[in-house]
Amino acid sequence: MTAQYDIKSRIGPIGLALPLVAFIVITFLIPLANMIKESVYDADVADALPRTLRLLNDWVGPDLPSDEVFRTIAEEIVVLQENRTIGKIGIRVNRVVSGTRSVWGKTARRVDGVETDDMRTTMVGIDDRWSDLALWQGIKKAGQRYSAKHYLHAVDLTRGDDGSIRRVDTEQRVYNTLYLRTFWVALLVTLLCLVIGYPIAYAIAHTPPTLSKILLFCVLVPFWTSLLARATSWLVLLQSQGVVNDVLVWLGIVPDDGRLSLIRNMTGTLIAMTQNLLPFVILPTYAVLSSIPPTYMRAAASLGANPFQAFVRVYWPQSLPGIASGCLLVFILSIGFYITPAIVGGTKGQLISNMIAYHINDANNWGLAAAISVIVLMSVLILYVVFDRWVGVDKLKLS
Amino acid sequence: MWNIGKGVLTLFVVLGFIFLLAPLLVVVPLSFNAEPYFTFTEGMLRFESEAYSLRWYRAIFESEEWLRAIQNSFFIGIFATILATILGTLAALGLNDPRLPFRKFVSALIISPIVTPIIVVAVGVFFFYTDIGLGQTYLGIILAHAMIGAPYVVITVSATLANFDYTLLRAAASLGANPWTAFSRVQLPIISRGVITGALFAFINSFDEVVIVVFMAGPKQRTIPREMWSGIREEISPTILAVATLLILLVVLVLITVELLKSFGEKNKLSAK
Repeated sequence: MTAQYDIKSRIGPIGLALPLVAFIVITFLIPLANMIKESVYDADVADALPRTLRLLNDWVGPDLPSDEVFRTIAEEIVVLQENRTIGKIGIRVNRVVSGTRSVWGKTARRVDGVETDDMRTTMVGIDDRWSDLALWQGIKKAGQRYSAKHYLHAVDLTRGDDGSIRRVDTEQRVYNTLYLRTFWVALLVTLLCLVIGYPIAYAIAHTPPTLSKILLFCVLVPFWTSLLARATSWLVLLQSQGVVNDVLVWLGIVPDDGRLSLIRNMTGTLIAMTQNLLPFVILPTYAVLSSIPPTYMRAAASLGANPFQAFVRVYWPQSLPGIASGCLLVFILSIGFYITPAIVGGTKGQLISNMIAYHINDANNWGLAAAISVIVLMSVLILYVVFDRWVGVDKLKLS
Repeated sequence: MWNIGKGVLTLFVVLGFIFLLAPLLVVVPLSFNAEPYFTFTEGMLRFESEAYSLRWYRAIFESEEWLRAIQNSFFIGIFATILATILGTLAALGLNDPRLPFRKFVSALIISPIVTPIIVVAVGVFFFYTDIGLGQTYLGIILAHAMIGAPYVVITVSATLANFDYTLLRAAASLGANPWTAFSRVQLPIISRGVITGALFAFINSFDEVVIVVFMAGPKQRTIPREMWSGIREEISPTILAVATLLILLVVLVLITVELLKSFGEKNKLSAK
């Protein structure tokens, strides 16, 4: 007889886990999949100019497209003008061939109702950019439903007119510097967290229980305190008339007219992020350190190891799983940090996440934001795989 | 020689704690500043009572935006917590059963929302929820917050389940309890501290979450962190310090509750022995 006294046996483990699994699939996995699609799929231009694009399929240049193409695009432009979506198409094509945004509105206003046998001459007469092959190639390019253009853009590459991939001009390169900077900041923050956090974890693990509880509480309060509250505090502490500078001036370490600029730059980002993420190293490390039997160290001592040797050869290796999961978490969370750099980092302390937010909130380029997000997501996934091979993800301790 | 090492270590640890706590310790007294400055005035340092005031706290409760934000934060937080707690507790019960197929995979899937960079989660959620008409709605934010809160519930409930003695359920059954009674009268009370702890963490998480809210919330759904976010970036007023202090106070209260629950649970275990 199978056990029926347990609610678990009645519904079964699958029935219990299924609601949350389904919930996470719908609210998390499908949105992520949709984001990946968004990064390669863009049907706005394709849906707006379907007939023109079909005709352009056979066109390669170097002559201008046929009069039929001109007549078709004129008709479609009129429809777009009526739907008030012409501006959006202008923006999309303009991302491919810059300086062509005004062509669309201008043409739409003047082509409506025109009866002519030679639409080509009429349209070139309205705006001579219609005789520019680059504009037509741009329309064709922007009309592709699937393309890797956002990914190319996201790594500072571009496709030339001949289809070859090359780097964008030096002054337009932004993203690769930001990935590199984000990576370095993440690495530096991880190191700082480890150097500051390990002794703290050690202290919590090796003090009497009452003190240990109080110290743990002192780690948990900042851990759970609103990121925004902490960022605000750092803003207040680090500004040039702020508490840190005041104390340094009062101690005579820096002159009053030489106050340190600790905010709206990389220093601010590093200081605030290290404080924000410190508990993520302390907590798992503490969990592991407190489970190391003290007898091991005594055994090492009785076998003739001095305290330093005992630490390096016995204690440290056993604390590695805690350190590894703490450092991995800090590194991954650093890569996705957005709020703190945006508040204390100024323009010099921005990371790749701030660029994602910029493309969503200000530049309205969702495809590019999605492509950068996918790159960030993939880097994180690779890190997990490496970590899993090295330490084992199931050793990840979160609380 | 070894004592010097210990002294250096202690000093290092003390400095580490100062670094960790400084932002909290400074913002609390500054929120009582009578002047609209972000630094200690002479009067404050001399502990004159006129240098301190509650004006920034009054400002919170006199501002329609802040009151609305407080209301929104609680509304979204409470519903997200209820959803996360129910789904998370059930899932933890399922995950704790060795008969569950693909256990490692399922637990990785359930934990994944909180180990994915929040900016990526927010972008995905923003696109998808906007597509299906949940952009700028309470429901959209509640669902997203429940999704990032549920893993905390799973983690804390799993931790209490690890110590759960299943013979108790058999005992309940032998005394005539049906499975539902056995669950609600025997198992749930024992794991309740894990459930409550997880619920509190899910609540705090929703209460503090800002990245998803920045992308998703319309003017109607602005929460406390969202209001702070624009406050800091537009025109920073000491009211924000008062709000930050209240948030710190909330965390302290929640953690004390969790701590009390924990010691209560330990006492229970001891007396059961």
